[in-house]
Amino acid sequence: MEPLLEVKGLTKRFGGLTAVNRVDLAIRPGEVVGLVGDNGAGKSTLIKMISGVYQPNEGEIYFEGRKVDITHPSQARDLGIETIYQDLALAGNLDVPANIFLGREMKRSLLGGLIRVLDQQAMHDASRELLETLDVQFPSLTARIDNLSGGQRQAVAISRALYWRAKLLIMDEPTNNLGVVEQRKVLDLILRLRDQNIPVILISHTMHDVFAVTNRIVVMHRGRKVAEKRTAETDHQEIVQYMVGALDDSRVTEEPA
Amino acid sequence: MALDATTEVRAPAAARRPRTFEQRSILVLSQVWSWLFLIVLIVFFSFKGTGFLSVRNSQNILVAITPIFLMGLGQTFVIIAGGIDLSVGWVMGLASVVSAIVIRDTVKLLTIEAERQGLSRVFEQVFTAIGAASYPDVFAIILGFTLGIGVACFAGLINGVIVAKLRVPPFIVTLGVSFVARGVALLLSGGNIVGEQPRLLRDIGNESLFYLVRGEQKAFYILHKPELSGNALRLLDRILPWPVVVWMVLAIILAFVLRSTQFGRHTYAIGGNKEAALRAGIAVDRHIIRLYILSGFTTGVAGVLNTARYSGGSSIAGDPLLMSSIAAVVIGGVSLFGGSGRVSGTVVGALIIAVLQTGLVMMAVEPFWQFVVVGIVVILAVLMDQARDLIVGRAET
Repeated sequence: MEPLLEVKGLTKRFGGLTAVNRVDLAIRPGEVVGLVGDNGAGKSTLIKMISGVYQPNEGEIYFEGRKVDITHPSQARDLGIETIYQDLALAGNLDVPANIFLGREMKRSLLGGLIRVLDQQAMHDASRELLETLDVQFPSLTARIDNLSGGQRQAVAISRALYWRAKLLIMDEPTNNLGVVEQRKVLDLILRLRDQNIPVILISHTMHDVFAVTNRIVVMHRGRKVAEKRTAETDHQEIVQYMVGALDDSRVTEEPA
Repeated sequence: MALDATTEVRAPAAARRPRTFEQRSILVLSQVWSWLFLIVLIVFFSFKGTGFLSVRNSQNILVAITPIFLMGLGQTFVIIAGGIDLSVGWVMGLASVVSAIVIRDTVKLLTIEAERQGLSRVFEQVFTAIGAASYPDVFAIILGFTLGIGVACFAGLINGVIVAKLRVPPFIVTLGVSFVARGVALLLSGGNIVGEQPRLLRDIGNESLFYLVRGEQKAFYILHKPELSGNALRLLDRILPWPVVVWMVLAIILAFVLRSTQFGRHTYAIGGNKEAALRAGIAVDRHIIRLYILSGFTTGVAGVLNTARYSGGSSIAGDPLLMSSIAAVVIGGVSLFGGSGRVSGTVVGALIIAVLQTGLVMMAVEPFWQFVVVGIVVILAVLMDQARDLIVGRAET
């Protein structure tokens, strides 16, 4: 199948440091790709180039077969690339619909279009519908985000991305700081997204999670992609060896095909 | 599959567990205590002081809160968004002085032939074209109010731009602007009251929407002041004086804006989590600038109403009220950490302060006690806010 996202030779330098060094990566609909590596391996820098936070020094990004320049996070979002960061970027003092629609609120006209007010009811209904398709239930949508559990917040963040027609989801440590039961539920959400043909790039330190939901695992070490394995054909042991630099496939894959 | 709310996560555990009766009580109390306190105060003073609940006294209280409430109104928005505006006191004085000078000089210009000699032909023609010479007072007041409020909005613009674009803490920026406004206001007025104001201005500041005549000739008038003189004047009560009408209308409009519009929603979002607001694509800088302009606007209205009420511009009118206006906002339940609060709360907060002042005076208590009481109430308000946060959890924001 045609890749939804393909990056070729992506490189980012900060002064003398090469944070990401000629990385190739392709994501197809219906798959979950794990991106793993030790701290400072370049995972974050790589996804920040895809989500428009950083601009690459070299290399190309193709989205839906077209070459794209992503110079701003809003541009990535317009393309359909949504990134859910660890801190989720939710306003804790607002309720669920307010967060899902934050910055893009539904409005209705009063007094013949003279003034435009928030359409709270429509946003509430749309939020409930959306959360139902994700099979997530909330006791009350009007609760402040502060009062929700970590898993529920994750669901709100994912819903927000989905409502705005995300075609690709990048998730940074989504199960961090969650209880065991909630971790399981977030992983279920990722699988459900995959089944709805929305591919996910999952960044995680938790090997267990990565093996539970991914189809492929990409390992980075010191800015380079050192391995790309089918999840079914590898194991924890091997991945960890790639992560610490004991194994390295990059000399092989670096050759032009 | 349901994501249940029972698992341990990073937010405070207290937020997860079902609430106990005591927690519920504190939560409810933290939301309604200021209303209760206001009612208790009114009941208390009604029994203690004769005539506290009279029409005249209630109207006096409503008039008295005008500057405190208007300064607190814009401040409510600014604080909800996580900022603070310390410049409102002197900016109000500046607006008062500017409006008074403009009104005084414009009336002179339009009515005294000799003054007009120096005027260029263009102005002469413009004045004639809009009929300013036929209604010099009306024209002068419109111009004076516009420029007075305009100068306050400009101070807000400066505040906003420095806070949002140059990332200077609002406490410092608005303190600096406060000093500048103080200097300019004193320079313009020479430290004196700017008098020589038209009679129409005094009427705007003191006449009212309704009139009530007590006693034998009991009567109620709408928009029409009965002709009375001498002792009969004592029986005349003004109901809803114009400054009260102005602050009430502004309170209703801005309460609606905060509650029901995108502008209000974004104000809360910025106060709750600025980073989230940014990532959601909200133009945070521009919004913050608008909030400080709004604060300048309501402060400017307070300034020009002060000019109208006392028929003169006073540079020092606002400064003593700055702390009271912030106290009104805090008593009204606006969190100084940003993210929560309502306009109605600020109305109640301002009323509590004015009721305390008036009530203590009527009880012949040394008036300085009011500061002691207001201070205690402010601290009580913040404690209530924190008690609520312990229960609902402020989490990471």
